[in-house]
Amino acid sequence: MSAKQVLIVIGNGMVGQSFLASLVDSGLNDHYKIVTFCEEPRAAYDRVHLSSFFSGKTAQDLSLAEPDFFEKNGITIYIGDKAARIDRDNKTVTSSKGVAIQYDKLVIATGSYPFVPPVPGHDRKNCLVYRTIEDLEAMTVAAKTGKVGTVVGGGLLGLEAAKALKDLGLETHVVEFAPRLMAVQLDDAGGAMLRHKIEQLGVLVHTGKNTSIITDGEQCVNKMCFADGEELETDIVLFSAGIRPRDDIARDCGLEIGPRGGIAINNQCLTSDSDIYAIGECALWNGMIYGLVAPGYAMARTVAADLAGNEASFTGADMSTKLKLMGVDVASIGDAHAKTQGALVYTYQNGASEVYKRLVVSQNKKQLLGAVLVGDASGYGTLLQYCLNGIELPENPDALILPPRSDESVGLGPDALPNSAQICSCYDVTKGAICQAIEAGSTTLGSLKEKTKASTGCGGCAPLLKAVMNCELAKHGYVVNTDICEHFAYTRQDLYNLIMVEQIKTFDELLENHGKGKGCEICKPTVGSILASYWNEYILEKEHIGLQDTNDTFLANMQKDGTYSIVPRITGGEINPDMLIALGQVGKKYKLYTKITGGQRVDMFGARVDQLPHIWKELIAAGFESGHAYGKSLRTVKSCVGSTWCRYGIDDSVGLAVELENRYKGLRSPHKLKFAVSGCTRECAEAQGKDVGVIATETGWNLYVCGNGGMKPRHADLFATSLDKETLIKYIDRFLMFYVRTADRLQRTAVWMENMEGGLDYLKAVIIEDKLGLCEQLEQQMQYVIDTYHCEWKTTIEDESKLKRFRHFINSDKADDNVVFVEERGQIRPADEEERKHFKIVEVA
Amino acid sequence: MAHWVDVCSVDDLQPNSGVCALIEGQQVAIFYMPKEKTVYALNNYDPFGNANVLSRGLIGDIKGQPVVASPLYKQHFNLQTGACLEDETVTIPAYDIRIENGRVKVSINAE
Repeated sequence: MSAKQVLIVIGNGMVGQSFLASLVDSGLNDHYKIVTFCEEPRAAYDRVHLSSFFSGKTAQDLSLAEPDFFEKNGITIYIGDKAARIDRDNKTVTSSKGVAIQYDKLVIATGSYPFVPPVPGHDRKNCLVYRTIEDLEAMTVAAKTGKVGTVVGGGLLGLEAAKALKDLGLETHVVEFAPRLMAVQLDDAGGAMLRHKIEQLGVLVHTGKNTSIITDGEQCVNKMCFADGEELETDIVLFSAGIRPRDDIARDCGLEIGPRGGIAINNQCLTSDSDIYAIGECALWNGMIYGLVAPGYAMARTVAADLAGNEASFTGADMSTKLKLMGVDVASIGDAHAKTQGALVYTYQNGASEVYKRLVVSQNKKQLLGAVLVGDASGYGTLLQYCLNGIELPENPDALILPPRSDESVGLGPDALPNSAQICSCYDVTKGAICQAIEAGSTTLGSLKEKTKASTGCGGCAPLLKAVMNCELAKHGYVVNTDICEHFAYTRQDLYNLIMVEQIKTFDELLENHGKGKGCEICKPTVGSILASYWNEYILEKEHIGLQDTNDTFLANMQKDGTYSIVPRITGGEINPDMLIALGQVGKKYKLYTKITGGQRVDMFGARVDQLPHIWKELIAAGFESGHAYGKSLRTVKSCVGSTWCRYGIDDSVGLAVELENRYKGLRSPHKLKFAVSGCTRECAEAQGKDVGVIATETGWNLYVCGNGGMKPRHADLFATSLDKETLIKYIDRFLMFYVRTADRLQRTAVWMENMEGGLDYLKAVIIEDKLGLCEQLEQQMQYVIDTYHCEWKTTIEDESKLKRFRHFINSDKADDNVVFVEERGQIRPADEEERKHFKIVEVA
Repeated sequence: MAHWVDVCSVDDLQPNSGVCALIEGQQVAIFYMPKEKTVYALNNYDPFGNANVLSRGLIGDIKGQPVVASPLYKQHFNLQTGACLEDETVTIPAYDIRIENGRVKVSINAE
């Protein structure tokens, strides 16, 4: 076999990285030696969500490549080294640092640069652009001394940039040359509605303004003078007036370039040199530069397929967009400006609820050509499908934008979509691919996302994905049975609501009114847990005891041989020497095996059921309380040592961890809950791997949610930033109670959120913006649980009648002779099969 | 003739749950459903987990059969026959049990 061919990729931006991922996915990294040049000081990151840098995300959060991606897949990356020259005769790329590499195939993915209008003064101090993380850092520095920021450009990116300025706490202006905002995507009325909404948020909008010069300001660093004679004082000028393809490296080596820039490519994304491809914003296809990532990704896939010898072509891309600009929903589809011959327009404008919708349809009213939505973009998915798939419109197309007046639904049923319909445009997932995944066994939203990647990009297609899933499942006769078990034809959430609405206090009452049979080991603990979450009664009360699962029923963790382990609460992992000694004394006295847990406490194994109350009497006397290690409830709040001792600590992580653990201890939930608090972003407490994680920053606490370790580790998502303690606790109260109310049984917070329509954004809307109007109730309920907390072990040892159960035999004081320990490394452990035989023989003899 | 052993008082049983009794050297799990006024007796040994724990399992019914679920790995055993629902080759001993004048009586050598 001949040596591997060399494939060079110039540029490691979003599209360049997506291309590398496509190569790896199709195994091409085994056939090519792949080299990539990355001009920036870090590998690819998410530019689309750049403004989240100011709401607390770090450069690392935005990264698109796993740290070991390049090494693992045998890809050489030159970071901070720009490809400077292509020598097509010798097929060599030379970098600015002098690295020269010969290629067999070359892919140019140099992207674009922000267009800065050649206004005099455009290069003054604090005149910046908005494209890279370094640009953001420059903005942050400039914002420290400035009060006013102005974006030049009222397009999509400009408004994103305005959000960034606002997040930096500046008085924010947007200056646009055209007479309206988002001139490309919106019509006049749509632009006006958007302007109105954005101005309400405190952003000052100036349209129809042509900047003639930027000069010294009086109150601010800069002053912008407009052609109409008006002036605007501003500290920062942020240019976001469109992009230009970075085609110089191609131009210099003689590749064909379009008249207004851009590397000309054909349907295979090949340039005028048959060994050189160009993809993304540097490429010019059919006279078009695509300034969105999705078409760039499509080009990347095309090239990967072409290199693999498969037939593929890029044939243009839909430029429809849906986004949230500063909380305002905006969407534009197809021919929004009704430029098509004979096009008819329907508009709907609601000044009270600030909604604007426009439909552009063909002359015969059969086809949807375009649409504009401002203020309410919920119809986007349906409209886009009509437009892209040429589905015939209903008789009265305006029904699609008018508020529903009757029960009839005007949405497009997912059944009407052809298999070729694209459901997720970020990852180009068709309805057909989703149906296939469903047939192969992915029957939940979470597993469909994992298998097909659909809805894991911008997430905009999540409702449609769910509709397709439900429709397909129903069609396959899959009755989507969400009944918890044969005894209750309800989900856990239903049962919770029944208990809440009817104020049901016992399992028997619920079974009598809403179930059948006697119950089982599924519904009993589920209902037991709900009753405990809601009423917070002692779980070993006569009417509840039979509902408790293996561990709860004896308030300890059953191990393989039927003995138990004991974990007293050590809040935040903080323990004084006396308590530590007390633990040691108890462990020694009862000859328990002791081990430090991952949650910063001590687990003591090998206690017989009859020993449990005696051990706990001693532990409680020493000041310990139940650690609920046996329950589906809050386990631990792990902490690092924090600012009290640590040289790097920003805030008191131990203090907060202790407070949080004391606040939520005893709360019963659908599954176990783990927390952590880190005192700085070094994150020694690993808070980003927990259901609730808190990290101290200079500006307050950052809250992360829905992470976990275990079989399927998941990084937590950043939920809110720079919080004071009061707000932080409020959010956690609401988050936990909403989880307790709505999750399935044994569903960790991560899966709960992933299966939630709308995901993290929806959760934020409920918890932060109080979209459902539930927050007060959730907080009250949490307060009730906190107020009724009691240590279950203390209650137990104080009640003689409860202690009767803690014996192995009801009619004898003997112990279970099947429990046999041997010694290992100085402590006990259960004897294995062989040792047990030996033991018995010895005993008999 | 069945040989009935007096074990304990009905008050010693755990409603809707189990207890374990030592009867002539055998560990016997006794379950009590007060609503149905029914008691059941099975051997306490879980043949899957190899531990004496069945008395600490949750009880209920599956498709009409009264069952206990092992607290270790959750296999179900029929409370009347001792048959395992998940593995038909496994049946654990079930014993005759009755309540007489508020006393629980078990016969562990049937015939």
